[in-house]
Amino acid sequence: MGKFLEVKDLHVQYKTDESVVYALNGLTLDVEKGETVGLVGETGAGKTTLALSILKLLPEDVGKITKGSIYYNGTDVIAAGKNEMRRLRGEEISMIFQDPMTSLNPVLTVGEQIREVLVLHFPDMTKQEREKRVDEILTLVGIPPERKSQYPHQFSGGMKQRVVIAIALVAQPKLLLADEPTTALDVTIQAQILQLMKDLKQKLNTSMIFITHDLGVVMEFCDSVAVVYGGEVIERGTIEEIYVREKNHPYTEGLFNCIPDLGVDTHRLHPIEGEVLDPTLKPAGCKFADRCRYCRDNCKKSNPDMYHIGGTHFIKCYRYTDGEVQTNE
Amino acid sequence: MKKQITEKNTCKKSSQLKMIVKRFGKNRLSIIGMVIILILVAAIALAPLYCSYDKVIQQSLSQRFLSPSAEHFFGTDQYGRDLFARIVYGGRISLFCGLVTIGIAFVAGMVLGCAAGFFGGMTDTIIMRFCDVLMAIPGLLLAMAIVSALGQGIGNMLIALSISQIPREARTARSCVMTLRNQEYIEAAKTCGTSRFRIIWRHIVPNILGPMIIDVMMGLGSTILRIASLGFLGIGIASPTPEWGTIISENQINIRYYPYLGIIPGLFIMITVLSFNFIGDGLRDALDPKMKN
Amino acid sequence: MNDILLETVNLKKHFPTNAGVVHAVDDVTLQIRRGETLGVVGESGCGKSTLGRTIIRLYEPTEGDVKFEGKSIPGLKGKEFKKLQPNMQMIFQDPYSSLNPRMSVSNIIAEPIKVCNPSMNKAQRMEKVERTMELCGIPPRLFNVYPHEMDGGRRQRVGLARALALDPKFIVCDEPVSALDVSIQAQILNLLMDLQERQQLSYMFITHDLCVVRHISHNIMVMYMGQVVEYASREELFAHQIHPYTRALLSAIPTTDLNRRNQEKLLLKGEVANPINPAPGCRFAPRCPYASEKCREPQRLTEAAPGHFVACHACVT
Repeated sequence: MGKFLEVKDLHVQYKTDESVVYALNGLTLDVEKGETVGLVGETGAGKTTLALSILKLLPEDVGKITKGSIYYNGTDVIAAGKNEMRRLRGEEISMIFQDPMTSLNPVLTVGEQIREVLVLHFPDMTKQEREKRVDEILTLVGIPPERKSQYPHQFSGGMKQRVVIAIALVAQPKLLLADEPTTALDVTIQAQILQLMKDLKQKLNTSMIFITHDLGVVMEFCDSVAVVYGGEVIERGTIEEIYVREKNHPYTEGLFNCIPDLGVDTHRLHPIEGEVLDPTLKPAGCKFADRCRYCRDNCKKSNPDMYHIGGTHFIKCYRYTDGEVQTNE
Repeated sequence: MKKQITEKNTCKKSSQLKMIVKRFGKNRLSIIGMVIILILVAAIALAPLYCSYDKVIQQSLSQRFLSPSAEHFFGTDQYGRDLFARIVYGGRISLFCGLVTIGIAFVAGMVLGCAAGFFGGMTDTIIMRFCDVLMAIPGLLLAMAIVSALGQGIGNMLIALSISQIPREARTARSCVMTLRNQEYIEAAKTCGTSRFRIIWRHIVPNILGPMIIDVMMGLGSTILRIASLGFLGIGIASPTPEWGTIISENQINIRYYPYLGIIPGLFIMITVLSFNFIGDGLRDALDPKMKN
Repeated sequence: MNDILLETVNLKKHFPTNAGVVHAVDDVTLQIRRGETLGVVGESGCGKSTLGRTIIRLYEPTEGDVKFEGKSIPGLKGKEFKKLQPNMQMIFQDPYSSLNPRMSVSNIIAEPIKVCNPSMNKAQRMEKVERTMELCGIPPRLFNVYPHEMDGGRRQRVGLARALALDPKFIVCDEPVSALDVSIQAQILNLLMDLQERQQLSYMFITHDLCVVRHISHNIMVMYMGQVVEYASREELFAHQIHPYTRALLSAIPTTDLNRRNQEKLLLKGEVANPINPAPGCRFAPRCPYASEKCREPQRLTEAAPGHFVACHACVT
């Protein structure tokens, strides 16, 4: 039996009038059943593109998968037809979007929006059963079922995100793609929502890809981490392997150094120099080479492979060619 | 170093323009519209070179109702006047009046819309209610009423048509200003004590020009149509001065037997109006930042 | 020497709406010394942005006073205020809407100089623009570039340069880094701190991010629904937070420290309400795990330790 979700060497391009944007450049990612993977990266790293590719929701005419494969539970997603995809979306895989304000339809009540998913995916269900499921899922996400006849604007931001989660989970999907679900929320609300999602994850045993730019959230919530830069996974491992901060990709190391630490007083932060890679360029070597302080000749010439560091820890950097840190000297 | 900067400047500006031109070029209909208008404008502007004004008013009873031929491209009318010459010179008046009308409406609408949108409150209420009243009356009817009150003549017609067009432009300008008013760069301008006039002039006007130009292009077509309508009804440009609507009006009794007298000027009106609308559509795609990928 | 640059006394800003009067800022008293940063922390809707805008008089205060170098601002008339205005500038959160898309970088930075210093000739002005750009780390090749051609970090630098072009003494920073990626955020924070050291600038740094505030501030003020709930120096606040809200806020922040993983969190129930016609008592009480009858009475800011003020009756005994 293969992996639960297997993304292999995925290339995605966006073609616009002016240029071609290389959003994903050979991204490889496996997700086990019941695993929560934190997908970390900055704006334009290709995190959302990956989620959209898995659901085949890339903007038509513009976005195209040019190479690679996606297998979900043995199903070839790229080859799947329209009907097959419609079944997959919602029933097997569902997605939570970043902005709870715009991902709900303002003219339908909350209950109707949840019911809609059930009508689509379980047409045989009776009305009573459906109502029962709606009540159940609302209770599960911490909303009193009486509120199902209210409209989204009567809910606050955090409550709306709970509704969005309820819609995503009502068909009991096996894989949940959460695209920055807490970024638009305040910290105290974020803590509530994360706690809720943690509980739900345990109850429902859903696999999850949790997309975020916040390394802290990942540590609190995920089992393993995939760091994305320039449309590639550059580091992959469990939380412990990465957060122990002994061996890291220079980019991950840079990210850690950028975050002001609550525990320690620092005089100055250590930002990563330069800017995020222009996605219309396609350098031959490592995507991070221009900003990397360990950059050597071969970094600019060819793209390093994923090197095995130990356990499930992989790093895509020449410094770790033999599992050993190579110094510049 | 200074020189380098200026070089960079021109190259940047042109690249922005290039992008707009490129996007405009993707819309085939608007290119066709543009070409038609350019040919028309050239033909009209250069008219004295190939066709003297005498032909427009020169009557010759022996040459009445001639069908289109090599000598008279579009034939002649009931007085034996050359229809081609009349249409070419009539086009001058139609297009010129259209441009002037829309120009007045554009400037006045912009001023009123900016004032209403930026100051809000009472100013907004007064200006916009006034516009609502004007908009409640059909444009043509309003223009007719004004012309009847002021008397016939090109000047009065221009005033009448502008007044009926102003509320539309003011609405567009106001809605654009409303979306800009709370932008942070407007606040930033306020924090350094920029006067309100300067904020409008430097920060608001350049940013609403795009949507305003689109609106004006669309309005130009309908204005030309209105001028023709007024001409046809006999309260616009008075005969014998040629104007497309007036030409149809003069010939209406003969259209049944000599259909080309109505069809040809009608086609000119239609093609011109359509072309301006196509250009407007293309401009919307090219200038609207939301269309950017 | 009196080195207090800016202070507010019982500053209030109320907005009348159809639903009632929104008490966006209620009774805020604060002081900012020359060359220091006051961090203002709170969740969305706590009035922190309104406070910043009221201080630099983008909004007229409803009640109370703002004093800049001892001069009361709300009373100043047109010309006098204009003279003072360049001293107080602001940088904004959204690097996309804070720059005029139709102006080039050099024009954006030159514009405030043109407005406040019309006597300066063009050469002088351009020289000043170039110097300011250099100060903010904007490469000269961006001189004539338009905002949409730059990334978020660059735009934020331009926003900062626009504020600095007038040589202000005080800058209100309204969430200047929260829309930026972490690697860029660190660059901007460092830049702000370098500038402060070099030019003795004072900042009022508004943010929801406690980590950032800890990094950049000298003093920290925690706001909740328009009111100050805790006010202390950075060291003091992070060593002993007293108010239950501050403690919950701190505990809610996800850390990257493996040792503190799965630490028990102080979870707050409910969400921030709208401060429309609020009751006189503690506004945090409905969410507070320690709420009691006494919380219905108005809470005063009381000095719990030297220089450490808290508005909670249960915490100060």
